[in-house]
Amino acid sequence: MLNPKEKLNPKIWDKDVEQAPIRKGFGEGLVVAAEADARVVGLCADLLESTQMLAFQKKFPERFVEIGVAEQNLVTVASGLAAVGKIPFCTSYAMFSPGRNWEQIRTTITYNDRPVKIAGSHAGVSVGPDGGTHQAIEDIAIMRVLPNMCVISPCDSIEAKKATMAAAKTKTPTYLRLAREKSPIVTTADTPFELGKAQVFFAPETGKPQAGIIATGALVHRALLAAKALEEQGIGVTVLNLSTIKPIDTEAIISLAREAGALVTVEEHQIAGGMGSAVAEVVAANSPVPIEFVGVHDKYGQSGTPDQLLEYYGMGQTHIADAVSRVLKRK
Amino acid sequence: MPHLHEEKIKMLEEKAAEIRLDLIEAVINAKSGHVAGPLDMADIFTALYFHELKHDPKHPDSEERDRVVLSNGHICPVLYSTMCHAGYGDVEEFKTTLRKFGSPFQGHPHREYFPAVETSSGPLGSGLSQATGMALGLKMDKKPNQVFALLSDAEHQAGNTWEAAMLAGKHKLDNLTAIVDRNNIQITGMTEDIMPLEPFRAKYEAFNWHVIEINGHDFKEIIGAFETAKAIFEKPVVILAHTIAGKGVSFMEYKYEWHSKPFTPEEAEISLRELKAAREKVKNHA
Repeated sequence: MLNPKEKLNPKIWDKDVEQAPIRKGFGEGLVVAAEADARVVGLCADLLESTQMLAFQKKFPERFVEIGVAEQNLVTVASGLAAVGKIPFCTSYAMFSPGRNWEQIRTTITYNDRPVKIAGSHAGVSVGPDGGTHQAIEDIAIMRVLPNMCVISPCDSIEAKKATMAAAKTKTPTYLRLAREKSPIVTTADTPFELGKAQVFFAPETGKPQAGIIATGALVHRALLAAKALEEQGIGVTVLNLSTIKPIDTEAIISLAREAGALVTVEEHQIAGGMGSAVAEVVAANSPVPIEFVGVHDKYGQSGTPDQLLEYYGMGQTHIADAVSRVLKRK
Repeated sequence: MPHLHEEKIKMLEEKAAEIRLDLIEAVINAKSGHVAGPLDMADIFTALYFHELKHDPKHPDSEERDRVVLSNGHICPVLYSTMCHAGYGDVEEFKTTLRKFGSPFQGHPHREYFPAVETSSGPLGSGLSQATGMALGLKMDKKPNQVFALLSDAEHQAGNTWEAAMLAGKHKLDNLTAIVDRNNIQITGMTEDIMPLEPFRAKYEAFNWHVIEINGHDFKEIIGAFETAKAIFEKPVVILAHTIAGKGVSFMEYKYEWHSKPFTPEEAEISLRELKAAREKVKNHA
């Protein structure tokens, strides 16, 4: 059952559950953050509308910098702005930023420990028709490996808004992973959000779970659907929403590993180096249990509809349920 | 020229001679490090920290300070030597711990170890962008601080440098001055053989910058260029400083091989002897 403490969307199981792009929540959160703090500035690399920075630019034109198609400049100029006291948010597609400008992010932002916020939109294969060049499925790996970097991958538009507002209040370099396509609204305005805290979204009504599912991003919804279906088959599972991938909530992960004794991780990202790897690092060091990883298996994306691509690359609801079956056999 | 009496120039020349000598001692002690660039930029760093900059070594975080971004971090021996002479660090500590474990004076600048530097650097091509960001932010807040970006010539082979040049031109950042060490050398050879940069002036002019060319070893020209830069309105300024790589050590001058190279004991001895003699000559010159 859904965890009542988290005040999730009661229509979550409906076929026509309301949907919104995760990036939209970023755009809304940025305006709120900018209203609250005059130090917030915005930079964009010729993707103003699709990265959802347009509302900010219209409201605060004097605090907006259009960089043009130059992602290395995007983040290094942001570093300079942070050095003189600004809180810069810079946006592009995740494939270009942090995809193209990783070394600049490392040397000028995280090595300097400057509070630059990097919003990578269009992450994951669900970008769809644009094809593999535009589908960032390596970004969690290359961001979480950087010391000082905070990595957040919100599960829906509402959480993205809260995450953006929270990121504006920290002094930490931060990566916000956003998605292009509409995805189901999982949370509500009343759902608690705290950076660095994983949340139990679903748990067996009674007794211990047989397996734990740890999910991040838009796939949290599919993980919940899989959990409900498994519950109906008599397999109790707990679903943890891990939106902050770094700093990782070790306590919540260890607690779930010990309670369930088997884990499945779910992310729209390469299995190598992603959220599942981060979970495995925690579990292996503290409370080893078998883990199955749902994600992309060392492949690039291609054109298609989001659903086609998620199915083809092994991230559909049935893939999650199958992973639970596999991990139960390894207990 | 106001403020620039012969006495001031003599003081700057003496300071530059000490800065050169100390940085070579530090590199010799470290048994590795870059020398040609640091030696050729000693006069410009001296002019910056002992004449031009608004700064206070006792309050390195002062809001009022001008900002200095060293983009080509590998010439940090000259940054460290100058900053220590200016009061940001201990000259002896610099000379004995450069590039050593736990030292503030890391092989390339790192703010975590030496917070008085404005930014960490090493990988080339990103300093002008950071300086541009600083200049933009200061303009947003209508602050009078100047921003200086110190660049190598060869890092203009990196696209990131020109991305920044384009943005600074677009925003007419007249609070930004770039200083390019035009010493014509890079690791593997002469810049014009590796990847030609000329016509350098025309490139910057095409990006809507005001260009000043100077002899980077003549204090009157260096300081004159700083004065001009402040008078230029609605354009960023680049000072193309023509310098002699390895300036001050006879066997290093003009030699790309001395971009970075360990010293033999004989080379170390000759370097120190020549730089000491140069220092004495400046001191005794009435």
